[in-house]
Amino acid sequence: MFYREAGQFKTSYAADQALLPIRQDRIGLGLILFVAFVAIPLLASDFLIGSIMIPFLVFALASVGLNILTGYAGQLSLGTGAFMGVGAYSCYKLTTYFPDINILFMVLLSGVFSAAVGVVFGLPSLRIKGLYLAITTLAAQFFLEWCFIRIGWLYNYNDSGAIEVPQRKLFDIAITGASASPTVRYLVIVVLVSIMTLLAANILRGRIGRSWMMIRDMDIAAELMGVRPLYAKLSAFAFSSYYCGVAGALMVFFWIGSAEAEAFDINHSLLVLFMVIIGGMGSLLGCFLGAAFIWVLPIIIRAVPPMLGLDVIAATTEHVSNIIIGVLIIFFLIVEPHGLARLWQIGKEKLRTWPFPYSSN
Amino acid sequence: MTKRTLLTLAAGVLAAGSWMPVAQAQDSLYMPSMTYRTGPFAGGGTPFADGYADYFNMLNERDGGINGVRIEVEECETAYNAQKGVECYEATKDKGALAYSPLSTGITLALVPKAPIDEIPIFSMGYGLSAAAAGDQFPWTFVYPASYWSQLSSIIKYIDDNGGVKGQKIGFIYLDAAYGKEPIPLLDQLAESMGFEVAKFPVGVKEMQNQSSQWLNVRKERPDWMIMWGWGAMNPTAIKEAAKIRFPLDRFIGNWWAGSNNDLNAVGEAGKGYLAANFSGIGQDFPALQDVLTHVVRAGKSKVASEDDVGNVLYNRGLFNAVILAEGVRVAQEMSGKKIITGADMRDGLENIDLNEERLTELGLPGFTGAVKGSCADHEGNGAIFIQQWNGSDWEKISDLIAPMSDVVRPMLEEAAEAYVSDKPDWQSQTCN
Repeated sequence: MFYREAGQFKTSYAADQALLPIRQDRIGLGLILFVAFVAIPLLASDFLIGSIMIPFLVFALASVGLNILTGYAGQLSLGTGAFMGVGAYSCYKLTTYFPDINILFMVLLSGVFSAAVGVVFGLPSLRIKGLYLAITTLAAQFFLEWCFIRIGWLYNYNDSGAIEVPQRKLFDIAITGASASPTVRYLVIVVLVSIMTLLAANILRGRIGRSWMMIRDMDIAAELMGVRPLYAKLSAFAFSSYYCGVAGALMVFFWIGSAEAEAFDINHSLLVLFMVIIGGMGSLLGCFLGAAFIWVLPIIIRAVPPMLGLDVIAATTEHVSNIIIGVLIIFFLIVEPHGLARLWQIGKEKLRTWPFPYSSN
Repeated sequence: MTKRTLLTLAAGVLAAGSWMPVAQAQDSLYMPSMTYRTGPFAGGGTPFADGYADYFNMLNERDGGINGVRIEVEECETAYNAQKGVECYEATKDKGALAYSPLSTGITLALVPKAPIDEIPIFSMGYGLSAAAAGDQFPWTFVYPASYWSQLSSIIKYIDDNGGVKGQKIGFIYLDAAYGKEPIPLLDQLAESMGFEVAKFPVGVKEMQNQSSQWLNVRKERPDWMIMWGWGAMNPTAIKEAAKIRFPLDRFIGNWWAGSNNDLNAVGEAGKGYLAANFSGIGQDFPALQDVLTHVVRAGKSKVASEDDVGNVLYNRGLFNAVILAEGVRVAQEMSGKKIITGADMRDGLENIDLNEERLTELGLPGFTGAVKGSCADHEGNGAIFIQQWNGSDWEKISDLIAPMSDVVRPMLEEAAEAYVSDKPDWQSQTCN
């Protein structure tokens, strides 16, 4: 009843092909952006901003990266953590070499290095597929992690062996380093993530994105229809790694503040992969839902016992939270193997016909 | 989209409501405890967290807190993970936290720059950033009672006192991560100045439990002594491998994270003779530990599985962590004249602690550790350690306290501290005279 596009007439092709053709969607997105850009920075506590929203957006961006590769182009990858690491380490090297150049530019530039590395490790995808390809990206994961530990030049030969974020300013306001307030860091991230997601949405529905999906659905048919697998696959690796690299740089520079090689280990790759699978392969909305599910839900679960006044030790809550998340993952995948985004889509279908559904499903 | 918006809004409101910093009426001292009772290193994290909590609970039960103010210990689970550690920090810092012991190098590195901003001291007891021992550059970070570098120099001294180090070949087996590589610059320098040879054997994080190739190399290199910078599953594996190639275990010295009961229980009789550095006393034969047993453990207020766990190496180290913090609180109360202190008072307190033998006896810990005396410039106390030996079922202290070679270590620490600070223009240091 409420969610129905009846009466919304399109008078131009542009309007018909808009990203969000339905008015309700536009209003909804407008509200979300309002909450993200105005309500949260003004109202939320430092903890909500610094420990929930910032990590959520960073992981959402990394999931967008992996989803481009796995969900849209059909190339399974286990190297997300390492590609994020390439972004983080190159951003660190760039900003220590050129301290006067704006850090935001460096963050965006560091994705280029990640993209280049991604293309190199994407080369095997031209010959192998599926699980076999996953193994070669696993090689990327281990090799790059080895580099982060062994190549002292990457961390400027620090005694601590970790990259530490120096303070950088934008318009005389500290945006990185310990003195940057969570709100400022959040605003930087939310702007970047919004722009990059919009960009991704447009790439995906354009020629390049369509060629990825053709490769995913049937590579031989795609090739016969004139899609060049070399360009399609490698561009998917490049775009995907670019997003992951930027997410990695954001993670270190705007969230944690320092990172050892361990921060980019295989568990990190798996975490992002879970986000994509739970959220929904081949859906940008799914990236955000998946990131929220995997990152935010445990925090909420951990906050429940103190809110109820129960005196449970932290480790028990941690175990319980792991159990609940595990059970929920299995539950959701049984109920809807295509992820949370698909659930939302089904919900939308139902909303359109509510309260008079005309079919039995 | 509207449904999602509603959900987001609802979640946002809920989250905002529950995490708005609550201005608490302060009638207790709040001590956050970052624990890792879960995850891959839980075996080491659990006894440490127990010792930490039990000592503060003992003070609450026996004395009603410190100078009449109760201590509230709240655990936050990090699973040794830097991201979760930072989350714990953000979640608890507004509750009036007095000091953080992050218990993981990754978390420590992330928190060190935050300490001056939030005015809450970081107490990384014998881990984290060695350079933080230079108090003039790191006013908010403490590494009592010794930094990794001081520890290594003491171990070399022990070798020197037991047959001489000159002309010997020393094997260094280490976890191939920032933690394991940190002492290498000092080791190389000492090798040159004291005339011994070094052979290095890195063990990757993923091959902690499969070290046969490293030990094959050890057999080839034939070192006279072995030193280990290990952690977690790496330790028992290394000791088993050493026993297998018949390397004399009484010439194999682990650092203080490679010498706990958990590490050696897995090896048992085969590990007999293995040596390790330590700075916190072993066993229950201290009045303070007896008090812990009476007031906390037997009263059912502890999380330890059995009474026997009280007094093991990591339990006592967690307890010692709490002892130093409690002493810092006492000094801070005296210096500020307040009962309820702030993080900034706590910093002053920690900087001026003086745990000499007399004070340790008063606390019920005679001979538990070397004297720890802080100052503006010295944030590692004195750095003395002792060597303990595994007798097949438990640890025995076999050496006196060994002071570090401060003349070599101190300049290197200061240099490292300056290097850390050099690229941070707004870094807050302090002037010491």
